[in-house]
Amino acid sequence: MSAARTRLPATRKRRRLYAVLAGLTMLGVAAALVLVAFEDNIVFFYSPTGLKEKSLRPGQMVRLGGLVVEGSVKKAADGVTTIFSVTDLNQAVQIRFTGLLPDLFREGQGIVSEGTLGPDGVFTASSVLAKHDENYMPKEVADALKKSGKWKQPNATPEAGK
Amino acid sequence: MHKYANPNQFLRIANPILPWCAWLAGLAIAAGLYLGLVQAPADYQQGETVRIMYVHVPSAWMALFVYTNMAIASATAIIWRHPLGFLIAKASAPIGACFTFISLATGSLWGKPMWGTWWVWDARLTSVLILFFLYIGYIALVDAFDDPTRGQRAASILALVGAVNVPIIHYSVEWWNTLHQPASVARMDGPAIHSSMLWPLLIMAIGFTALYFALMVVRLRGEIAAMKVRNVRLGQVQA
Repeated sequence: MSAARTRLPATRKRRRLYAVLAGLTMLGVAAALVLVAFEDNIVFFYSPTGLKEKSLRPGQMVRLGGLVVEGSVKKAADGVTTIFSVTDLNQAVQIRFTGLLPDLFREGQGIVSEGTLGPDGVFTASSVLAKHDENYMPKEVADALKKSGKWKQPNATPEAGK
Repeated sequence: MHKYANPNQFLRIANPILPWCAWLAGLAIAAGLYLGLVQAPADYQQGETVRIMYVHVPSAWMALFVYTNMAIASATAIIWRHPLGFLIAKASAPIGACFTFISLATGSLWGKPMWGTWWVWDARLTSVLILFFLYIGYIALVDAFDDPTRGQRAASILALVGAVNVPIIHYSVEWWNTLHQPASVARMDGPAIHSSMLWPLLIMAIGFTALYFALMVVRLRGEIAAMKVRNVRLGQVQA
């Protein structure tokens, strides 16, 4: 009698432990399935390669991200429109944007723009956001790295094909 | 180990530690703020705006750490029916909610000058906002029942279910394209942050962790006292 009484709470605890573990496992699997299924909606932007692979409706708003190609930034004649290209180091897309650019916008910088892809392959952006990478350092260190040739490209590059 | 699941036994250890935690929190946060806001250099790209990081990043870490703590405490409360696990989770929830709010607000203040926007619905920002709602939901649910034990059970299950969000937040910047940058400190190939900026950041993180433990123990004492009062009243009614 006493042995049964001491074993009973232990099995109950064990049953609750298994229930919690099983519940969390199933929840994790369910969350993973949902996230995989909605991947298209969760990615914040497409890379130029990813954009070309997508079949877009004409006029469909998408976000395009990549590095601003060195030497590609031009001002249009009206003075407020900027034309530049972004690349994922694989493909490049030309972007036309009318408006104020963020302070971090510069050649070689990662950016994300929202807009539509025209039939001529030029992306007309309604907004441009600067993407900051994960590297933090004082200016002197950045200058020293550039001087010694150890500077590596900021890895804000979106993975190709995504 | 089960001995310390008794709230009184736990307090016998926690009470002497509390003043040390409070002092450590005060000193580390004061030192971290001085080093971060005054001593540390400006960033080569962000300029002075980088100083927001010294508050933003530690509070984001704490948001995840406190939630993980809450989920583990809730799991022990559900499995072993110890009141202590539940009381720790309940004491932690408002502290974690505050850390989450601070990281969302400072991130937004940083985003406007750097990205060019206060807010975007990318995977990192959205999943942290969900974490904030989980904290708020826990706080609302735990006192929503007349019978406190039912509230305890419902809120503990909510805390466990929400734990799925913790790895999603951490890996969101790796799994999907996001506007938010990837991790700078917790990386396989070492921190991508210069040591002159890393030290103030780590000191702030130590200060925030100590602050959490100090506040949690203070709140836990209150929760334990409230539980005792309730039990005494219940005994009087039944007598």
